[in-house]
Amino acid sequence: MNPNDIIKPENLVYSRPRLLDERNTHYCPGCSHGVVHRLMAELIDEMGLEDKTIGVAPVGCAVFAYNYIDVDWVEAAHGRAPAVATALNRLNPDKFVFTYQGDGDLAAIGTAETIHAANRGENIVIVFINNAIYGMTGGQMAPTTLLGQKTATTPYGRRADLNGFPIKIGDILAGLDGTCYVTRQAVHTPAAVRKTKAALKKAIQNALDKKGTSVVEVVSTCNSGWKLSPAKSNQWMEENMFAKYPLGDLKNV
Amino acid sequence: MKEEIVIAGFGGQGVLSMGKILAYAGLMNDLEVTWMPAYGPEQRGGTANVTVILSDAPISSPVLDKYDTAVILNQQSLDKFESKVKPGGTLIYDPYGIHHAPTRTDIKVVAVDAMDAALKMNNTKTYNMILLGALLKQRPIVPTEAVIKGLRKTLPERHHHLIPLNEEAIKAGMALC
Amino acid sequence: MEQEEIKLMKGNEAIAHAAIRAGIDGYFGYPITPQSEVLETLEELMPWETTGMVVLQAESEVAAINMVYGGAATGKAVMTSSSSPGVSLKQEGISYIAAAELPALIVNVMRGGPGLGTIQPSQADYFQATKGGGHGDYRLIVLSPATVQEMADFVGLGMDLSFKYRVPSMILADGVVGQMMEKVVLPPVRPRRTEAEIAEQCPWAATGKNGRSHRNVVTSLEMEPDKMEKNNERLQERYREIEANEVRYQEYFTEDAEYLIVAFGSVARICLKAIEDARAEGLKIGLIRPITLWPFPTEEIARLGKQVKGILTVELNAGQMIEDVRLAVGNELPVHHFGRMGGIVPNPNEVIDALKKHFKI
Repeated sequence: MNPNDIIKPENLVYSRPRLLDERNTHYCPGCSHGVVHRLMAELIDEMGLEDKTIGVAPVGCAVFAYNYIDVDWVEAAHGRAPAVATALNRLNPDKFVFTYQGDGDLAAIGTAETIHAANRGENIVIVFINNAIYGMTGGQMAPTTLLGQKTATTPYGRRADLNGFPIKIGDILAGLDGTCYVTRQAVHTPAAVRKTKAALKKAIQNALDKKGTSVVEVVSTCNSGWKLSPAKSNQWMEENMFAKYPLGDLKNV
Repeated sequence: MKEEIVIAGFGGQGVLSMGKILAYAGLMNDLEVTWMPAYGPEQRGGTANVTVILSDAPISSPVLDKYDTAVILNQQSLDKFESKVKPGGTLIYDPYGIHHAPTRTDIKVVAVDAMDAALKMNNTKTYNMILLGALLKQRPIVPTEAVIKGLRKTLPERHHHLIPLNEEAIKAGMALC
Repeated sequence: MEQEEIKLMKGNEAIAHAAIRAGIDGYFGYPITPQSEVLETLEELMPWETTGMVVLQAESEVAAINMVYGGAATGKAVMTSSSSPGVSLKQEGISYIAAAELPALIVNVMRGGPGLGTIQPSQADYFQATKGGGHGDYRLIVLSPATVQEMADFVGLGMDLSFKYRVPSMILADGVVGQMMEKVVLPPVRPRRTEAEIAEQCPWAATGKNGRSHRNVVTSLEMEPDKMEKNNERLQERYREIEANEVRYQEYFTEDAEYLIVAFGSVARICLKAIEDARAEGLKIGLIRPITLWPFPTEEIARLGKQVKGILTVELNAGQMIEDVRLAVGNELPVHHFGRMGGIVPNPNEVIDALKKHFKI
């Protein structure tokens, strides 16, 4: 059979989203970022937001998010994305503004900006990739690194007495009056991807409806940083990360 | 015409607001004015002073080391500013709480029992206005009407009913010296 | 009629009034003495009810400057204000704003440092303001107001220059100009720019694609050094253009001056009073007051340097601007510094004493 006989629009079941650039990402094979990028690109298109979306890119692996999703972007300093997004949205209230941040950006250097933007109830979406490690700089300890987890700066495993505890920033944010929706999802299985997409869609709708701040935490893998294969990383995440960071809605009002 | 004035006392005695009213009076009288507070924690009980300059020409420095007129409300301020009054200048002070009276003879020294007068008016809040009256008597740099206009500008609307009381205090101060 | 009205107000209050009238879109600040009246006055005036201007008390100076960065990235006219310790915190954001070629206005009402220092007037942030301040090779257009009127006027001027060159501007004031009251004629009212005007004037702004075929990305990141060098060269070219076109200064009594004082901000006024007194004694002293601290009036000072026997810089610091004055006149001419530090403001007499001492006159 000639493959060209079946390459027809009516047979299409999967394709690159229109707003996802046709270029290779710099993400490692197996990384969760690509999946979440794809979901955002799909949703911005499906919800008709291409012309009114402004994304805020973080410092970390997703610093180049602006190279992949075809909307306007502002690249923020490390941790400052929620402050940048605050002004974007306050000065342009009819636009859809989201930040896309990792655990170091959101829960270490940018904790103050994250908490205060959420506490003000800024009408933005915070997409939070929690992979418990600093990927971009070479696998150092993150605020969400698990106890015992080995990283470049905790070579013998994270110790509470030396390094403090993994921070459940999602729970903290859920406790603030300014957040309307805080959920923790994952993208390691097709079912999980579908749930994350639904969560992101709800978060975006909240922003459009000016209901306050929505936070979608995606518990993610970093197979390079974790020094595991992509498949093993998924397994490690399910066995270790989900115990500390259980999936599900933390707040939904 | 140019008058360089320092008003000095404790924070809470109305030093800064007296200066402000004087500055507004200058503004009402089409004069150039500067009002420069020695700002800081002094506002809350320590010493406070403000330099007010009224002039019919543009004013260069808002910060001075010599003054035409000093209005002194406590001993610390007297110690600090007595020597800084220009020869031939005027020093107005309230003897209330002053242990060592001014000694200079090359300036005009005027004692004004403003605290006594304020107590007699049953309103210590009129204290700085009594002193302002004394200042305007000694140095008629702006007419009283300009001061009243200045008061209207500085006081929030809800306090405008206090203007007659303030006017009365200014007149009382004028009568004291 | 309203536009002509003469008001009596503090320099800090004048900045707030002028910001609303100049059509500023957003102000993001954090309280710190001696400039808190800027935020307080804006909150009291509630411009969001009239011009639609956004006013927000941020959680920190760091957040405030990043809000400025975000607002500026959408082509809006945005500003912040602070005082020395707070402006140090803002340096990261200022570097990003400069690198991303965004217009913005930063106000620093300087207080005595280093560290937490005092809350009284100072000019010890001259180096920080004029030489960059944050990381990387960049400049700010630095305006130095000496009067409350200039505090008001420089808001619009600073923002206009910033938009013209896409280089952030700073009003570098001191506690004296911030806290003193004097007469001010508030600038005429200018409406805020419309979305259409922003789209036309700021084609680089990240406003959402709005039908554009390409996306706008505001970033300072460039992974390839040869491209980053080109970015730097572009900035440097613009800085040379600003140096050629935007130098501002004021001269007093320089025509017959035998000695020259260089001073900026409120100190220039103290020096002017000193010169008035000294001239009464027959001392021929002139004054040049740089209004733009960057670009610095190098040529003008060099010209006057050929005429005078010596120069005294008077600053509320240990001697910072003196370096630029020395660069202007070279090593032949004696250049001395007189300064007070930590929040002390010298009086006119001290200035004359310093001049007499240094030049043995």
